[in-house]
Amino acid sequence: MTRYVIRRLLQAIPLLLIISVMIFVLLQSSGDPLATMGGRRATRPEDRERLARVMGLDQPIYMQYLYWLIGNDWMDVDVDGDGIPDTPGTRRGVLRGDFGKSLVTRGKPALDIILERLPNTLLLMIPAEIVILTVSMAIGIYSALRQYSFMDQLVTTGSFIGYSMPIFMIALGSMYIFGVNFKKWGLPYLPTVGMFDPKVGKTTAQVALHMILPIFSMSVISISGYSRYIRSQMLEVISQDYIRTAYAKGLSERMVLLGHALKNAAIPIVTLIGIDVPFLLGGAVVTEAIFGWPGMGRLFLDHLERYDTPVVMGILMMISVAVVLSQLFTDIAYGWLDPRIRYDKARKGGHGNSC
Amino acid sequence: METAANLAGAPSLEGIEAPPLTFLQLVWLRFKRHKMAVFGIVVLILLVLYSTLGALFFTEADANITDTSIRLSAPSTEHPFGTDPIGRDILARTIFGGQISLMIGFVAVMVEVIVGVLIGAIAGYFGGAIDNILMRFTEAMFNVPQLPLLLVLGKVLSDKVPPITIIGREFSGSVVVIIAVIGLTSWMGLARIVRANFLSLKEQEFVTAAHCIGTGNASIIFAHILPNTMAPIIVNATLGVAYAIINEAYVSFLGVGVLPPTATWGNMLNGAYRYIDTAPWLWIFPGLFIVLTVLSINFIGDGLRDALDPHALIDLN
Repeated sequence: MTRYVIRRLLQAIPLLLIISVMIFVLLQSSGDPLATMGGRRATRPEDRERLARVMGLDQPIYMQYLYWLIGNDWMDVDVDGDGIPDTPGTRRGVLRGDFGKSLVTRGKPALDIILERLPNTLLLMIPAEIVILTVSMAIGIYSALRQYSFMDQLVTTGSFIGYSMPIFMIALGSMYIFGVNFKKWGLPYLPTVGMFDPKVGKTTAQVALHMILPIFSMSVISISGYSRYIRSQMLEVISQDYIRTAYAKGLSERMVLLGHALKNAAIPIVTLIGIDVPFLLGGAVVTEAIFGWPGMGRLFLDHLERYDTPVVMGILMMISVAVVLSQLFTDIAYGWLDPRIRYDKARKGGHGNSC
Repeated sequence: METAANLAGAPSLEGIEAPPLTFLQLVWLRFKRHKMAVFGIVVLILLVLYSTLGALFFTEADANITDTSIRLSAPSTEHPFGTDPIGRDILARTIFGGQISLMIGFVAVMVEVIVGVLIGAIAGYFGGAIDNILMRFTEAMFNVPQLPLLLVLGKVLSDKVPPITIIGREFSGSVVVIIAVIGLTSWMGLARIVRANFLSLKEQEFVTAAHCIGTGNASIIFAHILPNTMAPIIVNATLGVAYAIINEAYVSFLGVGVLPPTATWGNMLNGAYRYIDTAPWLWIFPGLFIVLTVLSINFIGDGLRDALDPHALIDLN
């Protein structure tokens, strides 16, 4: 297993490099980061040129990428533009934990800005994932046990509709019903914007109240998909021989379902969590924008707006690393839960050449 | 399609007295029984008619006329869907926005299919180092969450292309950018399916036979193997249209997709949440069109998946 993990981690390195090159070239070769740097101090052409040199923007794109990746503190930078390197570089590069300095919030390390917002995003994502798993399991098992019943049909139709909904429709719809109309009708209504009511302050109860609608919006689509998946898994498992055996040896239905069927049906669900990470992170961008939630998604949008490459790159790379790691974890968990799967055995490709 | 027909349909029907059905007839028979899929087709046709025939009653200028004196007015007989924050008629905008949204959906999928099939076919057919490189690249693309990537690409490119004129209509250049961007970020799943099918199909006798009579690689790929893997491509492409329409809506909703004045169902929603308690018609109508389109395409895709499944072709009743 250790060897498998190491191999997977090694494979991830070129993958992350490819991703970073693609995005870096895209971002850096378009848009003018200097134009967005406040515009007050950098308007004079000679100031712009100086800034470009300080920030390394006068270099060819591959050098800029190298600076981003491994920094430039091992060399001198030509700041006054006479062609002779004079000032030692200060950047340490992503590989040594330096994501560069934000161009928008001047001088503040991009990493600090991102880490400030990360907890807020996790505060939405983790409860959302818990809600998704519990609700879709409940729905999936229920409709599997009552296959083709009225409720099952209803759930099937509902999940099809839920699956076809863009997140913003769910968000806007739920805002409109539970926020706007409940207020109009004098019912207890839910807050629609921000993390807490500034009049009350950032108390736990306030934050929890503000979390309800965003989490609801993020969960509906995944719940629709997963409940179908769990239903079909459950249907497959309860037709297996060992379930009949369990019934035959006199176990209660409850024991059979929870102890035997669910345990086996739940294994593939682990892989879903891995798939969900990028999906939730993407959904977080939309959800946070609509609900004014101060998380990483909104940070991403705000800084993308002004071509703040260090912050945007930082967020994208963190997401990509999270995706790679979550896939690795799900694969490991999968093998651990299902003893039939062995990763260590060298598997040679089955499609050999024949001639 | 002929090769596919022979392989999938005909052998199972040998010995039946009625004239054997063609592959397409079989597919249609199976598809018809999928009530929701037929419903999906009907709704989709209605939506296409809405956005094309609607253009007979409104001109694109109607959709772009701004009149701030009637901004944010509620649905009335004059403006059945109300007006937006700068007084444009939402009904006219859903018609012209629909054309763009649907067009983006279909054309983006063409891009997706071309790229996905090419990469999958080349990787699967040639194997070895080519396969390795292409699949690493596919994996890398898979690992970038699509929405943030779309946002970066949309932001970076959407104002770089000048407006273009097609059939007398002027489109914002961002339409082309969004089509390309959506197509180029969604081909990975298709490439994997095509590659997997190519891997197994290239070992079959008919490919060896083609090799032996000296058929070229390109001809084997496109004329011999590809027709046999059309079914998953068609299903994938159908669902891809829904996916592309949703993605266009996401990026345009966030303001970096198709740029105004060109309307799409997505960019009509941009900023609508700011008027959530005063002007719900801003998002209800365009949003409803998006949901209806995506839902009906998903139903069609589901029906096609069942109808094209070669293992199920025998079961006709």
